Amino acid sequence: MGVKQDGGTIDIVPAMEQEKISDELDKRVKKFLRGAEANLEGLKDKKLKGQLAVREELYGKSAHAAAKAEKWLLPSEGGYLETEGIEKTWMIKQESIAREVDILSSRSQYDIVLPDLGPYTLDFTSSGRYMAVGGRKGHLAILDMKNMSLIREIQVRETVRDVAFLHNELFFAAAQKKYPYIYNRDGTELHCLKEHGAVLRLQFLKNHFLLASVNKFGHLRYQDVTMGRMIGSYRTGLGRTDVMQVNPYNGVVALGHSGGKVSMWKPTSSAPLLQRLCHKGPISAMAFHPNGHLMATAGKEKKIMLWDLRKLQDEPIQTLPGHASTLDFSQKGLLARGCNSYVQILGDFSGSQNYENYMGHGMIKGYQIGKVLFRPYEDVLGIGHSMGWSSILIPGSGEPNFDTWVANPFETSKQRREKEVHSLLDKLPPETIMLNPTELGTVKTQRRKEKRTKEEKEAEMEAALEAVKGIEPKKKTKGRNKPSKRAKKKQEMIVSAKRPFLEQQKKEEEQATRKKQKVSEQVEQPTALQRFVRKKAAT
Amino acid sequence: MKVKVISRSADEFTKERSQDLQRVFRNFDPSIRTQEKAVEYVRAQNAAKLDKIFARPFVGAMEGHIDSISCMAKNPNHLIGIFSGSMDGEIRLWDLASRRTVGRFPGHKGAVQGLTVSTDGRVLVSCGTDSTVRLWSVPVSNLLKEDASSDKSAQPRETYVWKNAFRSVDHQWNSDRFATGGAGVDIWNHNRSAPEQSYQWGTDTVVSVRFNPGEPHILATSASDRSIALYDLRMGKPTSKFIMRTRTNSICWNPMEPINFTAANEDSNCYSFDCRKFGEATCVHMDHVSAVMDIDYSPTGREFVTGSYDRTIMIFPYNAGHKREIYHTKRMQRVFCVKYSCDGSYVISGSDDTNLRLWKSKASEQLGVLLPREQKKHEYHEAVKNRYKHLPEIKRIVRHRHLPKPIYKAGKQIREQNESQRKKQEKRKAHSAPGSIVEEPLRKRKIIKVE
Repeated sequence: MGVKQDGGTIDIVPAMEQEKISDELDKRVKKFLRGAEANLEGLKDKKLKGQLAVREELYGKSAHAAAKAEKWLLPSEGGYLETEGIEKTWMIKQESIAREVDILSSRSQYDIVLPDLGPYTLDFTSSGRYMAVGGRKGHLAILDMKNMSLIREIQVRETVRDVAFLHNELFFAAAQKKYPYIYNRDGTELHCLKEHGAVLRLQFLKNHFLLASVNKFGHLRYQDVTMGRMIGSYRTGLGRTDVMQVNPYNGVVALGHSGGKVSMWKPTSSAPLLQRLCHKGPISAMAFHPNGHLMATAGKEKKIMLWDLRKLQDEPIQTLPGHASTLDFSQKGLLARGCNSYVQILGDFSGSQNYENYMGHGMIKGYQIGKVLFRPYEDVLGIGHSMGWSSILIPGSGEPNFDTWVANPFETSKQRREKEVHSLLDKLPPETIMLNPTELGTVKTQRRKEKRTKEEKEAEMEAALEAVKGIEPKKKTKGRNKPSKRAKKKQEMIVSAKRPFLEQQKKEEEQATRKKQKVSEQVEQPTALQRFVRKKAAT
Repeated sequence: MKVKVISRSADEFTKERSQDLQRVFRNFDPSIRTQEKAVEYVRAQNAAKLDKIFARPFVGAMEGHIDSISCMAKNPNHLIGIFSGSMDGEIRLWDLASRRTVGRFPGHKGAVQGLTVSTDGRVLVSCGTDSTVRLWSVPVSNLLKEDASSDKSAQPRETYVWKNAFRSVDHQWNSDRFATGGAGVDIWNHNRSAPEQSYQWGTDTVVSVRFNPGEPHILATSASDRSIALYDLRMGKPTSKFIMRTRTNSICWNPMEPINFTAANEDSNCYSFDCRKFGEATCVHMDHVSAVMDIDYSPTGREFVTGSYDRTIMIFPYNAGHKREIYHTKRMQRVFCVKYSCDGSYVISGSDDTNLRLWKSKASEQLGVLLPREQKKHEYHEAVKNRYKHLPEIKRIVRHRHLPKPIYKAGKQIREQNESQRKKQEKRKAHSAPGSIVEEPLRKRKIIKVE
């Protein structure tokens, strides 16, 4: 659009600015494109090619529209913490933040001290509005964080090891001494899940309505809370563990074991999807980044490792020093580490997956931190410790803009009821849990096993032999370096390199001779014994 | 030190008064939604199932004729009316909303073979086996009134007698002329009692005649010598002709792409042609098991409906080889004519059992005025279903149709025959020198000669 005057056109936005805007938009558009464009060059079917080209164009347009909406239409902006001069962000204390921030936000900073009822663990609903709190000595409570009010508290007079909300604030599960129980918002006990046994950790998979639990004996169970059906019950075989986390990106449950192994499970198979040795000591805590690419594990050998889940290399992306009895990632990617009475927040500000110190908070010595959990859609970190629970402000940790159809902190009861029905209609079957959720709907390429020709096999054997011959064996000292022994060793190495190929050849020959035998069997027998010959099915 | 923390004031995010609407906030960021593809898959499955639950295509039947219905005509100026002519010479005007006869046009002594309405909607032209062409004035007042019980029979405005029986008639799109097909193609004018022009190419009867909606002087005809010919009235001569293996019963031009037309053939297939290239068909539509008797395009030009001798109606997309939908009833016998309603929502079939039947073109469509939210929901369901309709679970639900046993068996037999032919051809190719056996595509195979 331009305004035409005699001869020239005046643009409303000058060209330089336009370039800047388009670069920014490009970055945002990439986020909404969800992957690279499909390559349509190899397609021979013209009709399909045309249809797919139209679809790709539409994807581009919708990503563009979403990028524009994100730039201009979102109501809230995220939090931040900027220091001036020689100040560093990790030196800033909660009291100084409280002075700078408005009254409503400073109400989110508090310490609730309840020393008699044991270490506390906590859980938030997905909208961040309600919090469930469980003390080891049997104290269960639900709180409304918006009004800072207690909805209901009950004393179950038994050990409570973990609390987890189900799909909304109306139901929560508590892992008690012998079995896990499900309670109503009013504190009424609804179900006693006897099959699970003495559960150490509970996790709820939101999209699938599955309650996952790991018990004292290391058994992992998945139960569908809509119909009450036990979907899977598996013996992990790796012993007792109380480190369990759900990867929100793909719904996979990860367990951390005392040998340093991390295993990942899905409800439809009794063998784990993945088992990796991550640490040299037992795993003490685990956390998943919401975008599904990063996993943080903490071992008792005072190391915290960050792994890339897409590539799964042998080495972690980053190793940080320190203990952690609990880890958690926020919606914006900040990592909280709690150990003893200190919480450290790490952030990745350069975008290169390099986590560095951002903020810290020391509690009163003697408070043993049991669990840290970021509150969704708020810049708040909830800490459950041995003397109660606390909450501190971490600017920049929460997602400022919520989507009403995903999680609404200002939900009315009517909206909550509607959402429950819609989420039940969209309940995913347990078979959709897989390591790469984007695989759903793709075409499985059929791999045909190609038989290698004789020449190829020979070439492989020769290559292996050459590689072995090239190796120089180590020269031993203290009189063990006799030439005869060296020659023997070399022969052994060559023979061991040849062995697999020779075995394969032998196997194939055996099969061939067996086939030949079967064919020739019928021919050789005399007529009197023909009735005993195995008859081959007519082709 | 500069610090900002997320703080939301409740006034912005909640409603003030109970009459206010709740505000909806959207954030399209993919990272707050997990497992989008799986959720879409489940929604596609539910959408496919709901579609099947709400699929009630049959709206109603219009009875009244006492003999099989041979032809129908739509009035482009009045969407709610449809004319039908039967084998005993009776022509009726029906009101689709009340499904009742609104006017009768008696007069023909034999079967009515062709019906057409002039573009201004005033004149109905009919032709029949009694070698007459009759022009009727369409009563405007009757159309406006809702008087369903009126049995007013009209008198023909004109009756022209000619030398041979007629098989079809079609009106030109921008003038007073119409063409009839009988022994040859005759071009008539409303005011002349004899045709202005007559064309003859070959000695066989012309079975169907259709004017092109885009170029009004181009005419396509099909004859019983298995040919399809194009005539140009400006040049005063027939333009081109090609001969196929079997006879074409009916032709229809695509109203949105007037260079293409589709021919309904006796060999149970429909062939779409580009009128500039007669050497090969652009698409072969195969799903009927018996001769296709009639074809009509939707006003969107995106799909067409066919009626066949195998007692079914099928709706095909304009560029696909197989049907989108099939309609059948125990009471509906051989279907001789079909029409797509002018608003694209209904399909009307006239069959051997003397009834006209009204069907929805989209079987699970909600009729009536939809709220914008309902409309959006339906569109979303369609879109998500189309995205995943190739996956096995959803394909099974979407494709499933109950077919009458004879048609199912006949279809199976045809597929087996085709499959065996294909295998034989493959074996022939495999056992002969590469390149010695050249297989013609199906689109070309059915055309014998182009003149």
